[in-house]
Amino acid sequence: MIRSLLRRPTLLIGLVVTLLLFAIAITSLFWTPLPPTKMQIAQKLKPPFSAGLLGTDQFGRDLASMLMVGAWNSLSTSLLAVALGATLGTAVGVLVAAVRGLTEMVVMRVCDIIFAIPPILSAMMLGAFIGSGRFTAIIAIAVFMVPVFARLTLGAALQIWSREYVSAAIGMGRSRTRITLVHILPNISNQIIVQVTIQLGLAILTEAGLSFLGLGMPPPAPTWGRMLSDAQTFLGAAPWMALMPGLAIALAVLGLNMLGDGLRDLLDPRDKT
Amino acid sequence: MIALISRRLAGLIVTLLLVSALIFAVMGLLPGDPASIILGTSASPDTLAALQKEMGLDQPLIVRYFGWLFGVLKGDFGRSYTYGVPVAGLIAERLVVTVPLALMAIVISVVIAIPLGVQAARHQNGPVDWIAGLVSHISIAVPAFWVGLLLIILFSTMLGWMPAGGFPGWSAGLGPAFRALLLPAIALALPQAGVLTRVTRSAVLEVMNEDYVRTALSKGLPQGRALWQHAFPNALIPVVTILGLQFTFLIAGAVLVENVFNLPGLGQLAYKALSQRDVVVMQMVVLFFSALVITMNFIVDLAYLVIDPRLRAGMR
Repeated sequence: MIRSLLRRPTLLIGLVVTLLLFAIAITSLFWTPLPPTKMQIAQKLKPPFSAGLLGTDQFGRDLASMLMVGAWNSLSTSLLAVALGATLGTAVGVLVAAVRGLTEMVVMRVCDIIFAIPPILSAMMLGAFIGSGRFTAIIAIAVFMVPVFARLTLGAALQIWSREYVSAAIGMGRSRTRITLVHILPNISNQIIVQVTIQLGLAILTEAGLSFLGLGMPPPAPTWGRMLSDAQTFLGAAPWMALMPGLAIALAVLGLNMLGDGLRDLLDPRDKT
Repeated sequence: MIALISRRLAGLIVTLLLVSALIFAVMGLLPGDPASIILGTSASPDTLAALQKEMGLDQPLIVRYFGWLFGVLKGDFGRSYTYGVPVAGLIAERLVVTVPLALMAIVISVVIAIPLGVQAARHQNGPVDWIAGLVSHISIAVPAFWVGLLLIILFSTMLGWMPAGGFPGWSAGLGPAFRALLLPAIALALPQAGVLTRVTRSAVLEVMNEDYVRTALSKGLPQGRALWQHAFPNALIPVVTILGLQFTFLIAGAVLVENVFNLPGLGQLAYKALSQRDVVVMQMVVLFFSALVITMNFIVDLAYLVIDPRLRAGMR
């Protein structure tokens, strides 16, 4: 186990970065250097190390603490969105693979259509009515994930359906539901796990974009995206405010992408390109 | 060939119609009625009913959809609630910013990614490959709008070489207009270039192992020529596919980057329409972006036929 990890630096780095991200996010639930919403106007716009580890923002709030809580907010929103999208998409994919025919054509066309609307825009559409917030962000990201997972699972499931042991199961009179549960799902789960990791990175990027536009969690809850949008006003006076949240997003996404690549390599040795 | 293209075109039209119906249905079915949004909570029921009638909101959704659709087909996109001007004009004004921005970003990402990807494949597992891999990994992970912020800090506030944002308009001349679009286009291009580099590398690697490349090399063709003349054209299909698929993300990035650089493009229009709850404008901008994405994928489909003559026979 450890040796196979050491032989795969991508997987190892990805795993370490991702675990670190989760650790920071979970730690923020019970400990941060300072309360992330505590304002100290006298300490405002201080550079890193002069007040707190990473400096302070325009209200004198501790950036390191905000960044930690931001990790939790960003990660939990993205996790919920991907969980929702992956579950729905996988269900649609395996269902269509079992039924085929006209359903397949219709569902795939619908997927194309949903895929044509970028999640930022669907979040804006939703936000115009139900108001922006975490719920809107989760739904908008999840809606975009559904076709991604539906296409992936349909393709993978169809390959399994053409295997001989599935033909044997059909010959034995097994129902399509049972075949899907016993043969299809377990055999495509690796590909789904890899995809979940990669889409989680994409979800973090999208969530950051949504919060940057004010379509994510409402203030005062700190999110990486809104920290960047706050920083925009102080690019000249306090450039460090723009540096750390972006770095956090990039590191989180990089870690998840590397983990996904590494997992693909580990779980699916056929696809080495 | 013509039959094939016309069949594709019919598919494109059906998809566009379905997208328009979906967008209209979402905007129509969601809670919150535009008339009460315009009037606010203090309006009397009579005023509300009168405005609903004026806006046609008392009609069933399907009737409103076809009314809207025929309007759109005739070029009448409706009237903005907040600006009080036709939406078509608003969109046309913004398109001349967003479309050049997106095109510049595509060109920049192709110019970076294709040579980098090809060189990485040529020196597989060498230092160039390693650096290209690292750079593309990182550039995929950074958000375009953050790159935009960093570019502003570096080139505008610190060095003072470039404008920090805003758009002088094309009437100010090509030079200033392109200057205003350059940093945003770079910010938008970087993540795209990362994806494109990886795809180019793996596509070239795959065809490098084909017999015809080996033949070309054993004939004594220099490696560079074998690569560019024989391997590269055959590696183009996956590269073009990704260019098309990435277009959705380019559009999403443009919405954010326009806001960072305060560019009066479609993305900024959508953002303003959202904060003013201008449903007519929202609807049209979303439709426009989606139509752009769908048309782009259609063009990619057609590009296959140009790139690979074999597909003309295969894709009937």
